[in-house]
Amino acid sequence: MLQINEKEIPFSEGLTPADFAQTVKPDADLFIVNGYPVSSDTPLRDGDVCCCIKKGEIPSHEEMECLLTARHTPGVHKIAKKSVVGIMGLGGLGSPLAVALTRVGVGKLLLADFDVVEPSNLNRQQYFVDQIGKKKTEALKENLLRMNPYINIETIDKRLTEDNIANIFDNVDVLAECFDDAVMKAAALRAVLTSLPDTYYVGASGMAGYEENNMITTKQLYPKVFIVGDGTSAACPGQGLMAPRVGIAAHHQANQVLRLLIKKDN
Amino acid sequence: MKIICNGTEKEIRSGITLIDFISEQDLNPDTVVAEYEGKIISRDEYETLMLEENSKLELIRFVGGG
Repeated sequence: MLQINEKEIPFSEGLTPADFAQTVKPDADLFIVNGYPVSSDTPLRDGDVCCCIKKGEIPSHEEMECLLTARHTPGVHKIAKKSVVGIMGLGGLGSPLAVALTRVGVGKLLLADFDVVEPSNLNRQQYFVDQIGKKKTEALKENLLRMNPYINIETIDKRLTEDNIANIFDNVDVLAECFDDAVMKAAALRAVLTSLPDTYYVGASGMAGYEENNMITTKQLYPKVFIVGDGTSAACPGQGLMAPRVGIAAHHQANQVLRLLIKKDN
Repeated sequence: MKIICNGTEKEIRSGITLIDFISEQDLNPDTVVAEYEGKIISRDEYETLMLEENSKLELIRFVGGG
């Protein structure tokens, strides 16, 4: 069986993407097989997943979701789509993390923040100048749905505390800690270790300034707890928080979340 | 007397509380998660928990930024 733009089509020897440029997607000029672009005369093998795209054309809704994930490693989107991830804090870590998880197609995101977008956020956070003053939960939801309208986003517009975290996030597959404040980072880990021992957790500590890239690592602290960062670079006078290095940490978190979702499923 | 803190032997004085030990390591107790003898310690116990000879303590320290 072949899967062509979400449709199941019986396999037969000698079929190429060009054959489907006639039937499934007339005038298609970009062919992605199993996550990788190929030429139209590439022989297909049984089980291949093929997306036929006509560049510049806005596809129908049913095709769109398949096309959005055409470059994914096969099998990843199916797992991502049925997963739930909580993100605590929508700043320099939480907003790029949410963008990465939206683009990979995580089915449901729980986004929590009590703050509004302000100008000093824009050096590293995924908001726009015209969103200044808006609640971060609302602004981020708006931006994410423009990237991938096929995910479900729940927003929690309140201040998280050590006491309410376990209740709010008791149904997530993975919980990401993206706070700015070190006191809340400690409080959140304590809350999860104590009250959500079965929840995977990906936190972060130490990503300020412009120290070396590779000082940022992902460490497994407990069987279900991972902490990203260099462990020491605090945001402080003389050492700012900037998009490049905070982004490295956020994407360490994003890939760790994805790895946990896939591992959990297998 | 001694304890094992983060895998390293540390000399401590008898009767020292967890919060004093953390502070003496130049750490802010509010930014540290403490696991003592395999149990996660709640923040309001830091003031009263007394470290015992040969006990095992893990301190997980966080720095700000995100």
